[in-house]
Parts: sequence; structure tokens; C-alpha cells
Amino acid sequence: MKLPRSLRLFTVLAFGYAFLYGPIFLLVIYSFNESKLVTVWSGFSVKWYGELLHNEKLLEAAWLSLKIAFVSATLATIFGTMAALVLDRFGRFRGRTLLSGMIAAPLVMPEVITGLAMLLLFVALETMIGWPAGRGQTTITIAHVTFSMAFVAIVVQSRLRHMDRSLEEAAQDLGARPLKVFFVITLPIIAPSLVAGWLLGFTLSLDDLVIASFVSGPGSTTLPMVVFSSVRLGVSPQINALATVIIVTVAVCITLAGKLMTLKDDGRKPKRS
Amino acid sequence: MKTNGLVARIQGKPDRWKERWGQRLVAAVPMGWLLVFFLAPFLFVLKIAFSESRLGIPPYQPLLEWVDGAVLQLQFNLANFGFFLEDPLYAAAYLSSLKMAAVSTLICLMIGYPMAYSITKVRQPWRNVLLMLVILPFWTSFLIRVYAWIGILKNEGLLNNFLMWVGVIDQPLPLLHSPFAVYVGIVYSYLPFMILPLYATLERMDLTLREAAQDLGCRPWEVMLKITLPLSLPGIIAGSMLVFIPAAGEFVIPDLLGGSNVLMIGKVLWNEFFLNRDWPLASAVAVVMLVLLLVPFMLFQHYQARQDEAEAR
Repeated sequence: MKLPRSLRLFTVLAFGYAFLYGPIFLLVIYSFNESKLVTVWSGFSVKWYGELLHNEKLLEAAWLSLKIAFVSATLATIFGTMAALVLDRFGRFRGRTLLSGMIAAPLVMPEVITGLAMLLLFVALETMIGWPAGRGQTTITIAHVTFSMAFVAIVVQSRLRHMDRSLEEAAQDLGARPLKVFFVITLPIIAPSLVAGWLLGFTLSLDDLVIASFVSGPGSTTLPMVVFSSVRLGVSPQINALATVIIVTVAVCITLAGKLMTLKDDGRKPKRS
Repeated sequence: MKTNGLVARIQGKPDRWKERWGQRLVAAVPMGWLLVFFLAPFLFVLKIAFSESRLGIPPYQPLLEWVDGAVLQLQFNLANFGFFLEDPLYAAAYLSSLKMAAVSTLICLMIGYPMAYSITKVRQPWRNVLLMLVILPFWTSFLIRVYAWIGILKNEGLLNNFLMWVGVIDQPLPLLHSPFAVYVGIVYSYLPFMILPLYATLERMDLTLREAAQDLGCRPWEVMLKITLPLSLPGIIAGSMLVFIPAAGEFVIPDLLGGSNVLMIGKVLWNEFFLNRDWPLASAVAVVMLVLLLVPFMLFQHYQARQDEAEAR
């Protein structure tokens, strides 16, 4: 009457992963469907990918999104790493609870609230000091930096906590200044988490619809906004093709990043031991 | 800093003040950024929630106003909150959001717990692969993952086609634009957030306690109920809050999968803002939502801090 343990494990995992990946696979398969009706299979075709290349509006939005994602991920990585250092290495100080609260809050805060709050701030700042003049790329970037840096801080903090502190202490004992210790010892050790944090910030920014909709202005339409408005009108094979492009790009990037990191670790191991 | 260099200690810390100012500078940058761009905005939400709506740019009355250039007039307007009492729509939207978020969290827990538990039982190279596979969907676009379900659930969609082909049903079931679709969407999108913290606590768990319980005659389900489950409580709470709080304010999922049949507060806020352009009312909706989510958030923050300490040890 009872399944053997390993079979039970296997069943749980098989169902779980089928649930997580089934819809994505169906999406990819139907992007090669010739029919305009997304769910009726009528033959293999790559014409939707061709149409994607001629969709000016979409390409323009994609370019804007990539620019915003690049800048915001970079800034978020710098600020997030600083926040992680402060939380992990500076001991107890006044404002620590506030900082850790402000790092944890963006992880769970409903996006509609963050978006509305940010917009109201930008409007108030504009009337008070005249900056930022209007809303668009700058305001979207600022908003993305703010929530991405929380994710970066969490990733970097966990790496900082698990790293071997004796190297830092040795460098300090040999007379290195804190700044030098950070750049020569700490930074190379935590570098993989910085890369992971940057990638995370990049995809979060590329993916954000709600916050960007609040803080964007006329003429600054990001990729998710274009996708959302076309999805609202109904399912379209072009979106399937776009989704496939995104999924393949992400999968390739993650695999490459993973490979690079393991290669780097392997290269270091002999020296360490 | 805990680890002051030996040399610095011997030399009597000549650069102590320099170091301290350096630390302050490093702390000031992220702190300042978050204070200005994360905390301050909420004060504006609070302020505008109490101001009056008007036609114009920006579409709200200032709270403080110089009347005749001399008297500072404070216009405190509670009308936006009165709306909640007059129109039952808002209360209903809050209740249904909290209910849907709670049910989705429970379903995520019921799927996520066995999965996280099973992953910890898998041998090493595979365990990392499985963990990676949980994280991977999180990297692909959220919007696109929600979109995938439209194609599956709609009337002439894949699921209905399949069921009719098998012969279980004769007519397509109205799956899309129903609460069912929203549950599926939330569970699907937020499941990784539940699995990861659960995995983190289950992996760290002291196995000897479970073995001791077994040796003392506990049955497998008793071990589960009395040892494993209570010990993994921090992970359960962290994961549940990571699902519950954002799900309660979700906009994209109820909009795309729920249509007009599902009332959720994130959608109400969005419509007040983008369709009715009533900024004060949208702000009031946000303030009430924040108050409702304060307790879950504090729970999350508390257990997050505890987990951090446990990890640091």
C-alpha cells in the first residue's frame, strides 16, 4: 500500500518540476506554430521571429529597457555591496535596524505601492527643486536601483558571512589599510556574488512592469509595457517568439556565468591548498 | 570593526578617526539613497492620502497652504478614507485580496514543503542542479510566465482542448477570468520564493534530533510532526511572508488571469490611479494596504533577522 521512499521522492519532484516548467515549454513550442491562433497547431514556422525583427515599437522599447537595466544593475551592485558591507562588518551602530529594514522591505513590498510612492516623490521633488524634470528614463532607473539594491545586498551579504575572514585579518596585520584590504582581498573573494547580484538586478529591471508604468512619462515605454498592452489584447504568437528569445538568452547567460564561476574556483583550488 | 589589525593596535591606532570617517561614508551612501528614494516616498503617500482631489497637475490640493500670504492653513481631509465606509467595494476588495493571498500561500506551502524536503534528500551534484532549476524560472520574465497560462487556460486553450479531446468534457470550461486562474497564477509565480527559504532551513537542520526521535520509537509521521515541522518554522514563516505580502498587492496576475471577475486591491489602486486619475484616493488605498501588511511584514523581518543570526553562527 505504501510506495518506497525513493519513488515517493521522485514523484514529488517530477510533479513539482513539471508544474514549474510545463507552461514554459508549451510557450516555446507554440512560438514555432504557423497559425495565428496560438493554441491550434498548423505546422512549423519561424515567421513570428521574422516579424519580431520588424516590430519597430517593440525593438525601440527593448533598447530602452536594456539601457535602463544596464545602468540600474551597475548602480544597484555598487550601493547594494556597500549596504551588505555595512550590515555584515560594521557591527552595531545607530540606524542599523533602519537600514536592515529598508533592505528587507523592497523584497516583499507590493509593487503598486512602491510605484505610487516613487511617483509621488518625483512629482513633489520636481515642484520643489525642479529635478527630475519630467519623468522617463532617469526616474525609471532610480526606481529600479532602489529595489534591485536590496536583492544585491541580500546576495552579497550571504557571501560575506560565509567567507574566510583570516585572509582579511592577515592583510590588516601586515599593515594594509581598510580600503586596500577591501579591494585586494575582500572584493576578489566576493566577486561571484557581485556578478550574481548584477545579473539579478539586470533581469529584475528588464522584467519590471508595474513600477515602471507608474514612474515613466510620455515617450519612455519599456519592453514589459509593450508586452503587457499587447497581451491585454489577447494572445499573440509574436509574444511567444519574444518569450522564447528571452528564455533562451537567460538560460545561456546563466549557464555561462555558472561555468565561468566553477572554472575560476577550480583554477584557484590548487593554489589554496 | 571587530577585527582591528594587530599592527594598528600596537601603533596605538593613529588612523582611527580616518577609518571611522571612511566607515561613515560607506554607510552614508546606501543609507542616504534608501532614505530619499524608499522611505521618503511613503511620507508623500501619507500626505497626499489626506489631501483633496482636484483637476489639474498635480491632481491634488496642497495640504499646507498660505492663505492671503499670511495664515498657514492646514487642510486635513479625511474624505478619502470615508470612501471605504460608504462604498463596500473597497472593503470587499481588501478582504478578497487577503483571502486569495492566504489561500495561495497555503497551496504554495503544501506544494513547496514536500519539494524542498525531497531536494534535501537528493545526493549532491544533483541537489545543486535541482536547486538551480527552482531558481531558473525566477530569472525568466514574470510577465511572460503569467502570459503562458493565458494560452493554457482560455476557452480554446490547450487545457480545454486536451480535456475535450480526451472526452472528459463536451464544452470548454471557463477557466480563464476566474478566481481559479488567479490562484494558479499566484502559486506558479511565487512557488520558488516558498521553496528557497524552506530548503535553507531544512538543509541546516540537525539530523541527530530526528534520529533520536526515531530511536525512541517515534513513527515517521510523528518525527515529521514533532521534530521536522517545528524546527523548520522560521523557513515556513519567511517563505509564507515572501509569498503572502506581494501576492496580497498583486496587480498583473488578477488583471491578466482574473479579468473583471476577480476583485483585488492592487487592481483597485491601479484603476484609481490610471483610469480615474484620483491620486489622493489611490494613496489612501495604499495607506490602508500598508497598515494591513505591517504585521506580516514585521513577522517577516523578525524571522529573517533570526535566520541571519542562525546562519552567522
